[in-house]
Amino acid sequence: MYDIKALYEATSVQHAIELLQEHPEAQILAGGSDVLVQVREGRRAGVELVSIYMLDELRGVSIDEEENIRIGSLTSFSHITNDPIIQKYINVLGEAVDMVGGPQIRAIGTIGGNTCNGVTSADSASTLTAWEAIIEITGPEGVRRVPIKDFYIKAKVVDLKPGEIQTAILIPKSSYDRCYGHYIKYAMRNALDITTTGCSVNVRLTEDKKKIERVRIAYGVAAPIPMRAYTAEEFLNGKTINEKNIKKFSEMVLEDVNPRNSWRASRALRRHISVVMAERALRDSIEQAGGVING
Amino acid sequence: MDRQYKVVHCKINGKEVEKIVDMRASLTDMLRNDYRLTSVKKGCEVGECGACTVIIDGEGFNSCIYMAVWAEGKEIWTLEGLTGPGGELSDIQQAFVDEGAIQCGFCSPGFIMTSWEIVNSGREYTDDELRKALSGHLCRCTGYENIFRAVKKTMLRRLGKKKEAELVNSQGITEYPEPMPFK
Ligand SMILES: Cc1cc2nc3c(=O)[nH]c(=O)nc-3n(C[C@H](O)[C@H](O)[C@H](O)COP(=O)(O)OP(=O)(O)OC[C@H]3O[C@@H](n4cnc5c(N)ncnc54)[C@H](O)[C@@H]3O)c2cc1C
Ligand code: FES
Ligand code: FES
Repeated sequence: MYDIKALYEATSVQHAIELLQEHPEAQILAGGSDVLVQVREGRRAGVELVSIYMLDELRGVSIDEEENIRIGSLTSFSHITNDPIIQKYINVLGEAVDMVGGPQIRAIGTIGGNTCNGVTSADSASTLTAWEAIIEITGPEGVRRVPIKDFYIKAKVVDLKPGEIQTAILIPKSSYDRCYGHYIKYAMRNALDITTTGCSVNVRLTEDKKKIERVRIAYGVAAPIPMRAYTAEEFLNGKTINEKNIKKFSEMVLEDVNPRNSWRASRALRRHISVVMAERALRDSIEQAGGVING
Repeated sequence: MDRQYKVVHCKINGKEVEKIVDMRASLTDMLRNDYRLTSVKKGCEVGECGACTVIIDGEGFNSCIYMAVWAEGKEIWTLEGLTGPGGELSDIQQAFVDEGAIQCGFCSPGFIMTSWEIVNSGREYTDDELRKALSGHLCRCTGYENIFRAVKKTMLRRLGKKKEAELVNSQGITEYPEPMPFK
Protein backbone atom coordinates (compact mmCIF):
# COMPACT_ATOMS: atom_id res chain seq x y z
CA MET A 1 0.00 0.00 0.00
CA TYR A 2 1.40 3.41 -0.88
CA ASP A 3 1.38 6.06 1.80
CA ILE A 4 -0.80 8.49 -0.15
CA LYS A 5 -3.68 10.61 1.00
CA ALA A 6 -5.78 10.27 -2.12
CA LEU A 7 -5.60 9.27 -5.76
CA TYR A 8 -7.78 11.05 -8.29
CA GLU A 9 -8.02 9.46 -11.70
CA ALA A 10 -8.33 11.77 -14.67
CA THR A 11 -10.49 10.62 -17.58
CA SER A 12 -9.43 13.38 -20.00
CA VAL A 13 -6.92 16.24 -20.15
CA GLN A 14 -9.70 18.67 -19.29
CA HIS A 15 -10.73 16.53 -16.32
CA ALA A 16 -7.13 16.39 -15.11
CA ILE A 17 -6.93 20.19 -15.17
CA GLU A 18 -10.19 20.41 -13.19
CA LEU A 19 -8.92 17.89 -10.65
CA LEU A 20 -5.71 19.88 -10.21
CA GLN A 21 -7.73 23.03 -9.65
CA GLU A 22 -10.06 21.32 -7.19
CA HIS A 23 -7.13 19.87 -5.28
CA PRO A 24 -4.43 22.53 -5.37
CA GLU A 25 -2.08 20.43 -3.21
CA ALA A 26 -2.23 17.45 -5.54
CA GLN A 27 0.73 16.39 -7.67
CA ILE A 28 0.61 14.87 -11.14
CA LEU A 29 1.24 11.13 -11.42
CA ALA A 30 2.26 9.89 -14.88
CA GLY A 31 4.20 6.58 -14.97
CA GLY A 32 5.15 7.07 -11.33
CA SER A 33 8.74 5.83 -11.62
CA ASP A 34 9.89 8.99 -9.85
CA VAL A 35 6.77 9.82 -7.84
CA LEU A 36 5.93 6.38 -6.44
CA VAL A 37 9.56 5.74 -5.53
CA GLN A 38 9.62 9.03 -3.63
CA VAL A 39 6.37 8.11 -1.90
CA ARG A 40 8.04 4.88 -0.75
CA GLU A 41 11.13 6.74 0.39
CA GLY A 42 8.95 9.07 2.45
CA ARG A 43 9.93 12.15 0.46
CA ARG A 44 6.45 12.43 -0.99
CA ALA A 45 4.59 10.43 1.65
CA GLY A 46 1.03 11.49 2.40
CA VAL A 47 0.53 13.32 -0.90
CA GLU A 48 -2.59 13.65 -3.01
CA LEU A 49 -2.06 12.49 -6.58
CA VAL A 50 -3.87 13.16 -9.84
CA SER A 51 -3.19 10.19 -12.10
CA ILE A 52 -3.01 10.96 -15.80
CA TYR A 53 -1.62 7.51 -16.65
CA MET A 54 -4.85 6.23 -18.21
CA LEU A 55 -5.08 9.10 -20.74
CA ASP A 56 -4.23 7.20 -23.93
CA GLU A 57 -4.80 10.40 -25.94
CA LEU A 58 -1.40 11.54 -24.59
CA ARG A 59 0.40 8.50 -26.02
CA GLY A 60 2.06 8.01 -29.38
CA VAL A 61 4.31 9.68 -31.92
CA SER A 62 3.01 11.42 -35.05
CA ILE A 63 3.85 14.15 -37.56
CA ASP A 64 1.41 17.03 -37.16
CA GLU A 65 0.09 19.43 -39.85
CA GLU A 66 3.02 21.82 -39.25
CA GLU A 67 5.37 18.87 -39.92
CA ASN A 68 6.54 18.82 -36.30
CA ILE A 69 7.31 15.45 -34.78
CA ARG A 70 4.75 15.25 -32.00
CA ILE A 71 5.50 12.98 -29.04
CA GLY A 72 2.62 12.60 -26.59
CA SER A 73 3.86 13.25 -23.07
CA LEU A 74 2.80 9.83 -21.79
CA THR A 75 4.66 7.91 -24.47
CA SER A 76 6.90 5.41 -22.69
CA PHE A 77 10.59 5.08 -23.41
CA SER A 78 10.22 1.62 -24.95
CA HIS A 79 7.51 2.87 -27.32
CA ILE A 80 9.67 5.85 -28.34
CA THR A 81 12.61 3.58 -29.15
CA ASN A 82 10.42 1.27 -31.25
CA ASP A 83 8.57 4.02 -33.07
CA PRO A 84 9.18 4.21 -36.86
CA ILE A 85 8.94 8.04 -36.97
CA ILE A 86 11.54 8.38 -34.22
CA GLN A 87 13.77 5.82 -35.94
CA LYS A 88 13.55 7.66 -39.24
CA TYR A 89 13.99 11.29 -38.13
CA ILE A 90 15.53 11.41 -34.67
CA ASN A 91 16.95 7.98 -33.97
CA VAL A 92 19.28 9.39 -31.33
CA LEU A 93 16.30 10.12 -29.06
CA GLY A 94 15.23 6.47 -29.26
CA GLU A 95 18.80 5.43 -28.46
CA ALA A 96 19.06 7.86 -25.55
CA VAL A 97 15.87 6.72 -23.84
CA ASP A 98 16.91 3.11 -24.41
CA MET A 99 19.66 3.78 -21.85
CA VAL A 100 17.22 4.66 -19.06
CA GLY A 101 17.12 2.22 -16.11
CA GLY A 102 16.30 -1.31 -17.26
CA PRO A 103 13.58 -2.72 -19.55
CA GLN A 104 10.77 -2.57 -16.97
CA ILE A 105 11.58 1.09 -16.18
CA ARG A 106 11.53 1.87 -19.90
CA ALA A 107 8.08 0.29 -20.12
CA ILE A 108 6.62 2.57 -17.44
CA GLY A 109 8.73 5.75 -17.58
CA THR A 110 7.31 8.52 -19.76
CA ILE A 111 9.09 11.26 -21.65
CA GLY A 112 6.79 13.80 -19.99
CA GLY A 113 7.88 12.67 -16.54
CA ASN A 114 11.51 12.68 -17.64
CA THR A 115 11.31 16.38 -18.51
CA CYS A 116 8.78 17.62 -15.90
CA ASN A 117 10.95 16.28 -13.06
CA GLY A 118 13.45 19.03 -13.99
CA VAL A 119 16.36 16.65 -13.48
CA THR A 120 19.57 17.43 -15.34
CA SER A 121 20.64 13.77 -15.48
CA ALA A 122 17.40 12.69 -17.21
CA ASP A 123 18.46 10.68 -20.24
CA SER A 124 16.11 12.39 -22.71
CA ALA A 125 16.99 15.89 -21.51
CA SER A 126 20.21 16.60 -23.37
CA THR A 127 18.93 15.21 -26.65
CA LEU A 128 15.68 17.20 -26.44
CA THR A 129 17.74 20.28 -25.58
CA ALA A 130 20.13 19.67 -28.46
CA TRP A 131 17.18 19.31 -30.87
CA GLU A 132 15.49 22.47 -29.56
CA ALA A 133 12.28 20.70 -28.59
CA ILE A 134 9.13 22.72 -27.97
CA ILE A 135 7.13 21.83 -24.88
CA GLU A 136 3.34 21.90 -25.27
CA ILE A 137 1.53 22.70 -22.05
CA THR A 138 -2.23 22.56 -21.54
CA GLY A 139 -3.85 24.38 -18.64
CA PRO A 140 -6.90 26.28 -17.48
CA GLU A 141 -6.01 29.08 -19.92
CA GLY A 142 -5.60 26.76 -22.90
CA VAL A 143 -2.52 25.56 -24.74
CA ARG A 144 0.85 27.28 -24.76
CA ARG A 145 4.24 26.33 -26.18
CA VAL A 146 7.63 26.97 -24.62
CA PRO A 147 11.11 26.26 -26.00
CA ILE A 148 12.77 23.61 -23.85
CA LYS A 149 15.57 25.98 -22.82
CA ASP A 150 12.96 28.20 -21.13
CA PHE A 151 10.98 25.24 -19.75
CA TYR A 152 13.86 24.34 -17.44
CA ILE A 153 14.08 27.08 -14.80
CA LYS A 154 16.45 25.66 -12.21
CA ALA A 155 17.26 22.26 -10.71
CA LYS A 156 13.96 20.37 -10.28
CA VAL A 157 11.87 23.40 -11.27
CA VAL A 158 10.17 23.67 -14.65
CA ASP A 159 7.77 26.18 -16.14
CA LEU A 160 4.47 24.55 -15.14
CA LYS A 161 1.86 26.76 -13.49
CA PRO A 162 -0.88 25.49 -11.19
CA GLY A 163 -3.36 23.35 -13.11
CA GLU A 164 -1.04 22.87 -16.07
CA ILE A 165 -0.04 19.59 -17.66
CA GLN A 166 2.62 18.90 -20.23
CA THR A 167 0.72 17.34 -23.13
CA ALA A 168 3.33 16.91 -25.86
CA ILE A 169 6.91 17.44 -26.93
CA LEU A 170 7.36 18.81 -30.45
CA ILE A 171 10.43 18.71 -32.66
CA PRO A 172 10.05 21.26 -35.48
CA LYS A 173 11.01 20.27 -39.02
CA SER A 174 13.68 22.99 -39.15
CA SER A 175 15.24 21.16 -36.22
CA TYR A 176 15.18 17.55 -37.44
CA ASP A 177 15.45 17.93 -41.21
CA ARG A 178 18.67 16.27 -42.50
CA CYS A 179 20.06 16.09 -38.94
CA TYR A 180 21.96 13.17 -37.48
CA GLY A 181 22.94 12.81 -33.88
CA HIS A 182 24.56 10.72 -31.21
CA TYR A 183 24.13 10.52 -27.43
CA ILE A 184 26.68 9.28 -24.93
CA LYS A 185 25.69 8.34 -21.40
CA TYR A 186 28.65 8.11 -19.07
CA ALA A 187 27.77 6.05 -16.00
CA MET A 188 29.37 3.41 -13.81
CA ARG A 189 27.14 0.50 -14.87
CA ASN A 190 25.51 -0.42 -18.16
CA ALA A 191 22.04 -0.71 -16.64
CA LEU A 192 20.10 0.83 -13.78
CA ASP A 193 22.46 3.71 -13.23
CA ILE A 194 22.06 7.46 -13.23
CA THR A 195 24.07 9.43 -15.78
CA THR A 196 27.32 10.93 -14.45
CA THR A 197 27.40 13.20 -17.48
CA GLY A 198 25.45 12.90 -20.72
CA CYS A 199 26.25 14.51 -24.06
CA SER A 200 24.10 14.77 -27.16
CA VAL A 201 25.43 16.12 -30.47
CA ASN A 202 23.76 16.50 -33.85
CA VAL A 203 24.90 17.87 -37.18
CA ARG A 204 23.54 18.92 -40.53
CA LEU A 205 26.17 18.94 -43.26
CA THR A 206 26.37 21.06 -46.40
CA GLU A 207 25.28 19.52 -49.73
CA ASP A 208 28.84 18.41 -50.59
CA LYS A 209 29.26 16.87 -47.10
CA LYS A 210 32.51 18.75 -46.61
CA LYS A 211 31.34 21.35 -44.12
CA ILE A 212 29.24 21.54 -41.01
CA GLU A 213 26.13 23.57 -41.81
CA ARG A 214 24.89 23.44 -38.22
CA VAL A 215 26.03 21.64 -35.10
CA ARG A 216 24.23 21.53 -31.77
CA ILE A 217 25.57 20.07 -28.55
CA ALA A 218 23.87 19.74 -25.20
CA TYR A 219 24.82 18.23 -21.86
CA GLY A 220 23.11 16.75 -18.87
CA VAL A 221 24.84 17.07 -15.48
CA ALA A 222 27.22 19.73 -16.75
CA ALA A 223 25.09 22.32 -14.94
CA PRO A 224 21.99 22.25 -12.69
CA ILE A 225 19.78 22.07 -15.79
CA PRO A 226 20.42 20.64 -19.26
CA MET A 227 22.49 23.10 -21.28
CA ARG A 228 23.94 23.85 -24.72
CA ALA A 229 27.58 24.65 -25.36
CA TYR A 230 26.94 27.59 -27.69
CA THR A 231 30.53 28.87 -27.93
CA ALA A 232 31.73 25.59 -29.41
CA GLU A 233 28.72 25.44 -31.73
CA GLU A 234 29.34 28.95 -33.06
CA PHE A 235 32.95 28.08 -33.72
CA LEU A 236 32.17 24.98 -35.79
CA ASN A 237 29.18 26.24 -37.79
CA GLY A 238 30.19 26.67 -41.43
CA LYS A 239 33.63 25.14 -40.86
CA THR A 240 35.30 22.41 -42.89
CA ILE A 241 35.24 18.92 -41.41
CA ASN A 242 38.81 18.23 -40.38
CA GLU A 243 40.76 16.96 -37.36
CA LYS A 244 41.83 20.41 -36.26
CA ASN A 245 38.31 21.77 -36.16
CA ILE A 246 36.92 18.71 -34.38
CA LYS A 247 39.58 19.00 -31.66
CA LYS A 248 39.07 22.73 -31.28
CA PHE A 249 35.30 22.27 -31.02
CA SER A 250 35.67 19.64 -28.30
CA GLU A 251 38.00 21.80 -26.23
CA MET A 252 35.77 24.82 -26.60
CA VAL A 253 32.90 23.12 -24.77
CA LEU A 254 34.79 24.04 -21.59
CA GLU A 255 33.92 27.68 -22.22
CA ASP A 256 30.32 26.80 -21.33
CA VAL A 257 30.07 23.61 -19.29
CA ASN A 258 30.16 24.18 -15.57
CA PRO A 259 29.78 20.86 -13.73
CA ARG A 260 30.00 20.51 -10.00
CA ASN A 261 31.55 18.09 -7.57
CA SER A 262 29.16 15.44 -6.33
CA TRP A 263 29.51 12.07 -4.72
CA ARG A 264 29.01 10.57 -8.17
CA ALA A 265 31.98 12.32 -9.76
CA SER A 266 34.30 15.28 -9.35
CA ARG A 267 34.11 18.49 -11.33
CA ALA A 268 37.51 17.68 -12.82
CA LEU A 269 36.37 14.29 -14.10
CA ARG A 270 33.17 15.76 -15.52
CA ARG A 271 35.11 18.50 -17.33
CA HIS A 272 37.49 15.95 -18.76
CA ILE A 273 34.79 13.60 -20.02
CA SER A 274 32.79 16.53 -21.42
CA VAL A 275 35.58 17.12 -23.92
CA VAL A 276 36.02 13.45 -24.77
CA MET A 277 32.28 12.92 -25.19
CA ALA A 278 31.94 16.00 -27.42
CA GLU A 279 34.59 14.66 -29.75
CA ARG A 280 33.24 11.12 -29.90
CA ALA A 281 29.61 12.15 -30.32
CA LEU A 282 30.57 14.66 -33.02
CA ARG A 283 32.57 12.09 -34.98
CA ASP A 284 29.72 9.62 -34.81
CA SER A 285 27.18 12.24 -35.93
CA ILE A 286 29.36 13.31 -38.88
CA GLU A 287 29.77 9.70 -39.94
CA GLN A 288 26.02 9.06 -39.79
CA ALA A 289 25.43 12.19 -41.88
CA GLY A 290 27.74 10.76 -44.56
CA GLY A 291 30.57 13.21 -43.96
CA VAL A 292 34.24 12.44 -44.31
CA ILE A 293 36.92 13.81 -42.07
CA ASN A 294 39.70 15.07 -44.34
CA GLY A 295 43.01 16.07 -42.88
CA MET B 1 -10.08 11.36 4.55
CA ASP B 2 -12.35 8.45 3.75
CA ARG B 3 -10.80 5.38 2.25
CA GLN B 4 -11.11 5.27 -1.53
CA TYR B 5 -12.00 2.06 -3.31
CA LYS B 6 -12.62 1.15 -6.92
CA VAL B 7 -13.77 -1.86 -8.90
CA VAL B 8 -10.98 -2.98 -11.20
CA HIS B 9 -11.71 -5.37 -14.09
CA CYS B 10 -8.90 -7.07 -15.89
CA LYS B 11 -7.71 -10.33 -17.35
CA ILE B 12 -5.26 -12.23 -15.18
CA ASN B 13 -3.56 -15.35 -16.52
CA GLY B 14 -6.18 -15.65 -19.23
CA LYS B 15 -9.22 -15.23 -16.99
CA GLU B 16 -11.54 -12.20 -16.81
CA VAL B 17 -11.71 -11.04 -13.20
CA GLU B 18 -12.89 -8.08 -11.15
CA LYS B 19 -12.49 -7.00 -7.54
CA ILE B 20 -12.87 -3.98 -5.34
CA VAL B 21 -9.43 -2.56 -4.79
CA ASP B 22 -8.03 -0.01 -2.34
CA MET B 23 -6.94 3.01 -4.42
CA ARG B 24 -3.65 3.12 -2.49
CA ALA B 25 -2.70 -0.40 -3.51
CA SER B 26 0.16 -1.21 -5.83
CA LEU B 27 -0.36 -3.88 -8.46
CA THR B 28 1.88 -6.14 -6.35
CA ASP B 29 -0.51 -5.66 -3.40
CA MET B 30 -3.53 -6.47 -5.56
CA LEU B 31 -2.02 -9.58 -7.14
CA ARG B 32 -0.66 -10.96 -3.87
CA ASN B 33 -3.40 -10.00 -1.43
CA ASP B 34 -6.57 -10.04 -3.52
CA TYR B 35 -5.68 -12.81 -5.96
CA ARG B 36 -3.18 -14.83 -3.89
CA LEU B 37 -0.66 -14.76 -6.72
CA THR B 38 2.33 -14.93 -4.43
CA SER B 39 4.86 -15.61 -7.18
CA VAL B 40 4.88 -11.81 -7.47
CA LYS B 41 7.58 -10.95 -4.94
CA LYS B 42 8.09 -7.88 -2.82
CA GLY B 43 11.79 -7.16 -3.14
CA CYS B 44 13.00 -3.59 -3.12
CA GLU B 45 9.56 -2.12 -3.92
CA VAL B 46 11.22 0.82 -5.70
CA GLY B 47 11.73 -0.53 -9.22
CA GLU B 48 15.33 -1.67 -8.88
CA CYS B 49 15.32 -5.47 -8.55
CA GLY B 50 12.63 -6.88 -10.85
CA ALA B 51 11.36 -9.49 -8.33
CA CYS B 52 7.81 -8.18 -8.82
CA THR B 53 7.85 -8.29 -12.65
CA VAL B 54 4.62 -9.21 -14.40
CA ILE B 55 3.64 -8.98 -18.06
CA ILE B 56 1.05 -6.32 -18.86
CA ASP B 57 -0.32 -6.22 -22.41
CA GLY B 58 2.77 -8.06 -23.64
CA GLU B 59 5.41 -5.97 -21.88
CA GLY B 60 7.26 -6.57 -18.60
CA PHE B 61 6.56 -4.08 -15.78
CA ASN B 62 7.64 -3.81 -12.16
CA SER B 63 4.31 -4.25 -10.38
CA CYS B 64 5.68 -2.54 -7.24
CA ILE B 65 5.67 0.87 -8.92
CA TYR B 66 2.35 0.45 -10.72
CA MET B 67 -1.00 1.49 -9.26
CA ALA B 68 -3.48 -1.38 -8.92
CA VAL B 69 -6.22 0.79 -10.45
CA TRP B 70 -4.17 1.07 -13.65
CA ALA B 71 -4.83 -2.65 -14.20
CA GLU B 72 -8.31 -1.71 -15.44
CA GLY B 73 -8.84 -3.29 -18.86
CA LYS B 74 -5.34 -4.78 -18.98
CA GLU B 75 -4.19 -8.31 -19.70
CA ILE B 76 -1.79 -9.47 -16.99
CA TRP B 77 0.33 -12.61 -16.73
CA THR B 78 2.12 -13.87 -13.65
CA LEU B 79 4.20 -17.00 -13.15
CA GLU B 80 1.12 -18.96 -12.01
CA GLY B 81 -0.27 -18.58 -15.53
CA LEU B 82 2.66 -20.40 -17.11
CA THR B 83 2.10 -23.83 -15.59
CA GLY B 84 -0.23 -26.40 -17.08
CA PRO B 85 -3.54 -27.51 -15.49
CA GLY B 86 -1.81 -30.23 -13.47
CA GLY B 87 0.99 -27.93 -12.37
CA GLU B 88 3.28 -29.00 -15.23
CA LEU B 89 6.19 -26.66 -15.74
CA SER B 90 6.46 -24.68 -18.97
CA ASP B 91 9.58 -24.98 -21.12
CA ILE B 92 11.15 -21.83 -19.70
CA GLN B 93 10.54 -22.91 -16.09
CA GLN B 94 11.95 -26.37 -16.81
CA ALA B 95 15.04 -24.77 -18.37
CA PHE B 96 15.61 -22.73 -15.18
CA VAL B 97 15.49 -25.99 -13.22
CA ASP B 98 17.71 -27.89 -15.64
CA GLU B 99 20.37 -25.20 -15.83
CA GLY B 100 20.56 -24.60 -12.09
CA ALA B 101 19.26 -21.07 -12.61
CA ILE B 102 17.40 -21.13 -9.30
CA GLN B 103 18.98 -21.08 -5.86
CA CYS B 104 16.99 -19.26 -3.19
CA GLY B 105 14.34 -18.62 -5.84
CA PHE B 106 13.37 -15.12 -4.81
CA CYS B 107 14.31 -13.52 -8.12
CA SER B 108 13.09 -16.47 -10.21
CA PRO B 109 9.43 -15.59 -10.87
CA GLY B 110 10.38 -12.11 -12.07
CA PHE B 111 13.26 -13.40 -14.16
CA ILE B 112 11.07 -16.09 -15.69
CA MET B 113 8.38 -13.58 -16.67
CA THR B 114 10.90 -11.41 -18.52
CA SER B 115 12.39 -14.55 -20.08
CA TRP B 116 8.91 -15.64 -21.16
CA GLU B 117 8.42 -12.28 -22.88
CA ILE B 118 11.74 -12.84 -24.68
CA VAL B 119 11.05 -16.40 -25.83
CA ASN B 120 7.48 -15.51 -26.85
CA SER B 121 8.72 -12.71 -29.12
CA GLY B 122 9.79 -15.21 -31.77
CA ARG B 123 12.96 -13.18 -32.26
CA GLU B 124 16.50 -14.43 -32.01
CA TYR B 125 18.33 -12.12 -29.62
CA THR B 126 22.10 -11.75 -29.78
CA ASP B 127 23.95 -12.47 -26.53
CA ASP B 128 24.29 -8.73 -25.89
CA GLU B 129 20.61 -8.13 -26.55
CA LEU B 130 19.70 -10.95 -24.18
CA ARG B 131 21.86 -9.50 -21.41
CA LYS B 132 20.30 -6.10 -21.93
CA ALA B 133 16.78 -7.56 -21.89
CA LEU B 134 17.54 -9.30 -18.57
CA SER B 135 19.30 -6.32 -17.01
CA GLY B 136 16.26 -5.15 -15.05
CA HIS B 137 16.61 -8.03 -12.58
CA LEU B 138 18.94 -8.61 -9.67
CA CYS B 139 19.95 -12.07 -8.46
CA ARG B 140 22.10 -12.43 -5.36
CA CYS B 141 22.68 -16.18 -5.70
CA THR B 142 23.32 -17.59 -9.14
CA GLY B 143 25.80 -15.19 -10.69
CA TYR B 144 23.47 -14.85 -13.69
CA GLU B 145 25.27 -17.23 -16.06
CA ASN B 146 22.90 -20.12 -15.44
CA ILE B 147 19.93 -17.83 -15.93
CA PHE B 148 21.38 -16.50 -19.15
CA ARG B 149 21.91 -20.05 -20.41
CA ALA B 150 18.39 -21.13 -19.52
CA VAL B 151 16.90 -18.24 -21.48
CA LYS B 152 19.21 -18.61 -24.44
CA LYS B 153 18.62 -22.34 -24.77
CA THR B 154 14.84 -21.97 -24.51
CA MET B 155 14.89 -19.19 -27.08
CA LEU B 156 16.88 -21.35 -29.50
CA ARG B 157 14.64 -24.38 -28.93
CA ARG B 158 11.53 -22.33 -29.55
CA LEU B 159 13.09 -21.16 -32.82
CA GLY B 160 13.56 -24.78 -33.82
CA LYS B 161 17.34 -24.59 -33.30
CA LYS B 162 17.67 -27.62 -31.03
CA LYS B 163 21.22 -28.40 -32.19
CA GLU B 164 22.43 -24.86 -31.48
CA ALA B 165 20.81 -24.99 -28.05
CA GLU B 166 22.96 -28.01 -27.20
CA LEU B 167 26.09 -26.13 -28.28
CA VAL B 168 25.60 -23.42 -25.64
CA ASN B 169 28.50 -23.91 -23.22
CA SER B 170 28.57 -23.30 -19.48
CA GLN B 171 29.44 -19.63 -20.06
CA GLY B 172 26.41 -19.25 -22.28
CA ILE B 173 28.44 -18.98 -25.48
CA THR B 174 27.42 -21.03 -28.50
CA GLU B 175 30.44 -23.20 -29.18
CA TYR B 176 30.43 -24.44 -32.74
CA PRO B 177 32.54 -27.53 -33.40
CA GLU B 178 35.72 -26.87 -35.38
CA PRO B 179 35.89 -26.00 -38.19
CA MET B 180 33.24 -23.25 -37.92
CA PRO B 181 30.28 -24.19 -40.09
CA PHE B 182 29.20 -21.56 -42.57
CA LYS B 183 25.77 -20.10 -41.96
C1 LIG C 1 15.06 1.91 -10.94
C2 LIG C 1 14.96 3.22 -11.66
C3 LIG C 1 15.94 3.57 -12.58
C4 LIG C 1 15.87 4.79 -13.25
N1 LIG C 1 16.84 5.07 -14.17
C5 LIG C 1 16.78 6.23 -14.87
C6 LIG C 1 17.77 6.52 -15.87
O1 LIG C 1 18.70 5.76 -16.10
N2 LIG C 1 17.65 7.70 -16.56
C7 LIG C 1 16.62 8.56 -16.34
O2 LIG C 1 16.58 9.59 -16.99
N3 LIG C 1 15.69 8.31 -15.40
C8 LIG C 1 15.73 7.16 -14.66
N4 LIG C 1 14.77 6.89 -13.71
C9 LIG C 1 13.78 7.92 -13.39
C10 LIG C 1 12.42 7.84 -14.08
O3 LIG C 1 12.16 6.56 -14.59
C11 LIG C 1 12.29 8.83 -15.22
O4 LIG C 1 12.57 10.13 -14.79
C12 LIG C 1 10.90 8.80 -15.88
O5 LIG C 1 10.96 9.48 -17.09
C13 LIG C 1 9.82 9.43 -15.05
O6 LIG C 1 8.61 9.34 -15.79
P1 LIG C 1 7.26 8.92 -15.09
O7 LIG C 1 6.20 8.97 -16.12
O8 LIG C 1 7.44 7.66 -14.36
O9 LIG C 1 7.12 10.16 -14.08
P2 LIG C 1 6.37 10.36 -12.71
O10 LIG C 1 7.11 9.72 -11.62
O11 LIG C 1 4.94 10.04 -12.86
O12 LIG C 1 6.52 11.95 -12.61
C14 LIG C 1 7.76 12.61 -12.53
C15 LIG C 1 7.54 14.10 -12.23
O13 LIG C 1 7.01 14.78 -13.35
C16 LIG C 1 5.70 15.28 -13.10
N5 LIG C 1 4.94 14.95 -14.32
C17 LIG C 1 4.95 13.75 -14.97
N6 LIG C 1 4.27 13.83 -16.12
C18 LIG C 1 3.80 15.09 -16.21
C19 LIG C 1 3.01 15.79 -17.18
N7 LIG C 1 2.60 15.20 -18.31
N8 LIG C 1 2.72 17.08 -16.94
C20 LIG C 1 3.16 17.70 -15.82
N9 LIG C 1 3.91 17.10 -14.88
C21 LIG C 1 4.22 15.81 -15.06
C22 LIG C 1 5.22 14.60 -11.85
O14 LIG C 1 4.36 15.42 -11.12
C23 LIG C 1 6.54 14.36 -11.13
O15 LIG C 1 6.94 15.50 -10.45
C24 LIG C 1 14.80 5.67 -13.01
C25 LIG C 1 13.81 5.32 -12.10
C26 LIG C 1 13.87 4.10 -11.42
C27 LIG C 1 12.79 3.75 -10.45
S1 FES D 1 10.14 -5.29 -5.87
FE1 FES D 1 9.57 -4.31 -7.68
S2 FES D 1 11.45 -3.95 -8.61
FE2 FES D 1 12.06 -4.68 -6.67
S1 FES E 1 18.18 -17.28 -6.87
FE1 FES E 1 18.43 -16.16 -5.04
S2 FES E 1 18.21 -14.13 -5.76
FE2 FES E 1 18.27 -15.21 -7.55
